[in-house]
Amino acid sequence: MDAIIENLPVFLEGFGKTLGLLALSGLLALILGTVVAAMRISPVGSLRGFATVYTELVRNTPLTLVLFFCGVLLPSLGFPPNYFALAVLGLTIYTSPFFAEAIRSGINGVPIGQAEAARSLGLGFGQTLRHVVMPQALRMVVPPIINVFIALTKNTSVAGGFFVIELFASASVVINDRGDEVIAILLAVAFFYLLITIPLGFVAARVEKRVAILR
Amino acid sequence: MSNSVLYDVPGPKARRRSLILSIIGVVLILGLLALLYSALAAPRVAVNGNVTPSLLDPSRWDIFSDVQLWLGILRGLQGTLAMAIPAAASALILGVLFCFGRTSATAWIRVPTSVLLEFFRGIPVLLLMLFTLLVFGTGNYIAGIVGLAVYNGAIIGEALRAGINSLPRGQRESGLAIGLTPVQTRLRIEFPQAFRQMLPIIIAQLVVLLKDTSLAYIISYPELLRYVMTFLKNYYGASYQFSLFFVVLVVYVTLNMTLSWIARIVARRTAGGRTPKGPRTTVGEPVLLQPDGGAGGVGAGRVL
Repeated sequence: MDAIIENLPVFLEGFGKTLGLLALSGLLALILGTVVAAMRISPVGSLRGFATVYTELVRNTPLTLVLFFCGVLLPSLGFPPNYFALAVLGLTIYTSPFFAEAIRSGINGVPIGQAEAARSLGLGFGQTLRHVVMPQALRMVVPPIINVFIALTKNTSVAGGFFVIELFASASVVINDRGDEVIAILLAVAFFYLLITIPLGFVAARVEKRVAILR
Repeated sequence: MSNSVLYDVPGPKARRRSLILSIIGVVLILGLLALLYSALAAPRVAVNGNVTPSLLDPSRWDIFSDVQLWLGILRGLQGTLAMAIPAAASALILGVLFCFGRTSATAWIRVPTSVLLEFFRGIPVLLLMLFTLLVFGTGNYIAGIVGLAVYNGAIIGEALRAGINSLPRGQRESGLAIGLTPVQTRLRIEFPQAFRQMLPIIIAQLVVLLKDTSLAYIISYPELLRYVMTFLKNYYGASYQFSLFFVVLVVYVTLNMTLSWIARIVARRTAGGRTPKGPRTTVGEPVLLQPDGGAGGVGAGRVL
């Protein structure tokens, strides 16, 4: 136990880095994902095609490869080795298609009558989306988006393998120092992760229940 | 999406606009590709002024005519599959066990299983691998399998539970009414239906599991990425780093896309009842969301 109390600053610093990775790449990926989802449902064929290829390509690439590219290859190609920024870049790219799919699932789940009614009133593509489809889709989209955030929280741990001393890597740092209390150290790190993931899971479940009643 | 309800069949004006936008889009993408190409094709100048050939120079790609290299890549792939297959099998078994525990009528079994499941689903797979590696002192191979099996078992267990919960109550009641024990009812009546209903999600999760074997890179297990980027790179030289990575990327993406494609076909065949025939009732076709966002993630798997 004293290994944890002694090294609490190390854990807290790692936790801060994890939160930073989560907030930065989550926000950026959400923006990128929204753009990709918008392209995916747009009337312009080439945009649809491009968004589909992007989604499929990135979704089928393991996160480790994305972060290896950002954390090992880019610096060797002459990028400044700011590993935190590179990890944010990698996590953003990797997470964006998951956000895009979550948003698209919400839009696709809106009852068809809603869109038809809007179109028969004479609303255009943008107006239909803005005034009728999106307000309903957004509500359904919140739980899956929170789920992606939860996944992202856990995914930030992979950055620990690529020179970012976040929570997972801080565990390795402390274990190097105090090999006698491995179990306690790992449980402490798990606790920090659960501190983010379990409340988010509760929020997602609550929202899901409320949305279900509204429907 | 050709007959989307969100917009009309385009008229001449909309088609022209769409064409212009398409051209702009294609030009932008081509521009980006050209930029990338020129960046890669430029000779590399190191900080100390050393000039090395560009990344597209034949001297960086000539190793790919070497059969030994391809055998090496196959060895790496073998390492990946040797981890994925046992992990997938154990994840399925664990998933069934977790589901049994979680839906047990005895609180002494149900509550601890629930807590354990929340724990496993809430922490990164990597942490599970590290835990197995350090606490149980297994090699990195076993640690990788255990981490993947436990995490994905928890996700599959939850999916199965969701499947059982979605069955009409009469299924269980009639099973009990004809004299089957609760366990028999679960095994012979509820389980086959839940499994069938959740098959798309379970298969999607197994594809995620294959993708996640790459996490074993971090605990130094020689899977495809580590094998190629360490052993082969050391053998052929660092100047081939970029080319080797490119090949690993292509192998992974092809493998995953093929599996996802097979998974989609299987899902469509076995769970045919899930896609209602007749006129569409929603704006678009349902999107199959992976129960988690790749390397880990919580969420009752759901088809939206």
